[in-house]
Amino acid sequence: MSIEKITNPLKTRHWLGNMEAHYVYTLGVAGERFFKELKENGRIMGAKCPRCGIVYVPPRMYCEKCFAKLEEWVDVGRKGVIHTFTIATLDIDGKKLEKPEIYALIKFEGAHGGIIHKIGETDTVFIGMKVEAVLKPFEERKASINDIAYFRPVK
Amino acid sequence: MYGKKRVAIVGAGLTLFRRRLKETGKELAYEASKMALDAAGLELKDIQSVVLGTAPDAFDGVHMKGEYLADGAGAYHKPYTRVYVGGGTGVFTPLAGWWHVASGQFDSCLVVCEEKMSSCYPHPQYAFTTIFDPILERPIGMNLIWIFALEMHRYMHKHNVKKEQIALVSVKNKRNALDHPCAQLAANITVEDVLNSEIMAWPVQRLDVSPTSDGAAAAVLVSEDVAKEITDNPVWIDGVGWCIDSTHWTNRDLYYPDYVEYAARMAYKMAGIKNPPKEIDVAEPYDPFDYKELHHMEGLLLCKKGEAPKLTAEGVTQRDGDLPINPSGGLLGVGNPIAAAGMMKVCEIFWQLRGEAGKRQIPGDPRTGVAQAWGDLMQYGSVIVLRR
Amino acid sequence: MSEKVKHYPGEKVKSEDIKEGRVPTEKFTPNAKYAWSAGIAISRFLEELKNGRIIASTCSKCGRIMVPPRIYCELCFKPTDGWTYVKDTGTINTFSASYLAADASRLKEPIIVAIIDLDGASEGMGIIHKIGEVEDWKQLRIGMKVKAVWKPPEEREGAITDIKYFKPIKEATLL
Repeated sequence: MSIEKITNPLKTRHWLGNMEAHYVYTLGVAGERFFKELKENGRIMGAKCPRCGIVYVPPRMYCEKCFAKLEEWVDVGRKGVIHTFTIATLDIDGKKLEKPEIYALIKFEGAHGGIIHKIGETDTVFIGMKVEAVLKPFEERKASINDIAYFRPVK
Repeated sequence: MYGKKRVAIVGAGLTLFRRRLKETGKELAYEASKMALDAAGLELKDIQSVVLGTAPDAFDGVHMKGEYLADGAGAYHKPYTRVYVGGGTGVFTPLAGWWHVASGQFDSCLVVCEEKMSSCYPHPQYAFTTIFDPILERPIGMNLIWIFALEMHRYMHKHNVKKEQIALVSVKNKRNALDHPCAQLAANITVEDVLNSEIMAWPVQRLDVSPTSDGAAAAVLVSEDVAKEITDNPVWIDGVGWCIDSTHWTNRDLYYPDYVEYAARMAYKMAGIKNPPKEIDVAEPYDPFDYKELHHMEGLLLCKKGEAPKLTAEGVTQRDGDLPINPSGGLLGVGNPIAAAGMMKVCEIFWQLRGEAGKRQIPGDPRTGVAQAWGDLMQYGSVIVLRR
Repeated sequence: MSEKVKHYPGEKVKSEDIKEGRVPTEKFTPNAKYAWSAGIAISRFLEELKNGRIIASTCSKCGRIMVPPRIYCELCFKPTDGWTYVKDTGTINTFSASYLAADASRLKEPIIVAIIDLDGASEGMGIIHKIGEVEDWKQLRIGMKVKAVWKPPEEREGAITDIKYFKPIKEATLL
């Protein structure tokens, strides 16, 4: 049988279907506090480990290195630095975007980790570029990562 | 004894089991792991390896869920393994942890089980339907409950067991769970309540079934030398067994779980148990449905085939009976976060053997306990024998 | 457990808290579609269903006649040796009356689903299917004989649903 040469699954005898599932994710104990601060106070918070001294952004319930519970939260400000970036040309379904979009990993001073977000108001970026968060107006915020509209270069 | 070293459980932890918890999967894994470490008097740096068990990614809705949960299970920069055998995971995870320590490669292993079923919306049911064969079974419109209904009916038919007899298990377990601080569905119900509850897929009715839950459980395993240094009261893993059957579940007689018997024999041989009903003081067989406790009691060779309903009716399986079964309240009373449920049972046997089960403590001086989990498409059994 | 442990972690959330926005959440629906290969054995099985026949595979070592057919015998772990037709009649091995549909919605009239041991296949070789043309499902018994009711040839597509359901046949039942 010449089934070895077939690469398109639709050319063999097959059955079509999908995996039907919808998801509603809670933000978690730490996550809920982070997003509520973002929504209500426009603040980006980190959590500090009392033993290791590391400040985690986004904040978590526990230190992954020493397993201590993280109770001290700090405001890391809205300014950060681009650690790395990419220029996306395809969307989530693999279709071509109308206009390419820039996504970057933004790190905050003194903090471990960072936030991945869109870069706006510019067509050129470089690693090391200073950026600041632009928040959506208060009424449009939903306690979501998209309460930050994008990061833009600091003038 | 198999392996190079004897392995002991020295601490255990459990979160609440609820229909929906706020914590993310990572946070649940952390809470259970931290509790187990604190109970053992150890720190994360004392743990050399981690094994995590969790059921399909489709529940939590995070692909590569094992990797996602790793840091919450303390596995940052450590040797880490995820295992998954459906509902059997809860007992299989400590088994895999046992391999790590018994082989002599590690002195300690943190075993964690986590499940966050509530993310799957509107009901985790959806994730279950994909377990069926997509070509021969799903087009018929399968619902998960059907396989249990078909198995329950076969068991009832083969041994001429009535629903009233099976309902006694649900009554017992939900009542036992009233003494469990983490229980989701503890209640004082009667056989009448069970028989009057909503028919889901006859013969399965609502009060025959355990709930879907979020939760996590964990335990610390160490080698003999370490156990002797840190505690006076180690609980030894003396027997491990596991076995799988095929997914051709329509090709066998569902009234008896052969694969559970094979796993049990494997564990009993290792533990040197020749007469299970006499040598085992307490057992936690897997009970996602009430008839499953009976089904598994027989598979675990704790009684003859068809005899389990009689023992239940006579009160032998109550906490103060000759062979207490599911003193924790089981899945029916405490909850069923798929992987964490079996681990909850292992934790229960651990606490029972140490005399730390509080209001749930069985009298006498229990020294040998068995926990068993069951999973996949009616095909998997994992068994662990613990001894003090 | 510890009488030593005072607090068991876990913050409960009610579904109303989520619906009414007191507890913020993120929603997502993955877009996953599949084209499952039927494989060698089941491709043949589906072709034969289109022709109104049920086919099984045989193993010369253990002697089993297996439905659904497969290209290897999982007991002997060797390739199966041949194909043979089995009848479209059988015996009810177990059954259930479900008031739940596949998506867990409630039904007024139950779906009757059963494992049917097919005549001509080895003992206990069953397939799962629906039972139809039943006035009162409480009259059904394990051991009753049933026969497949097929879709008309022009409506068959090479699927398990080419059999609409199995119906009880009125002859003396054996148990």
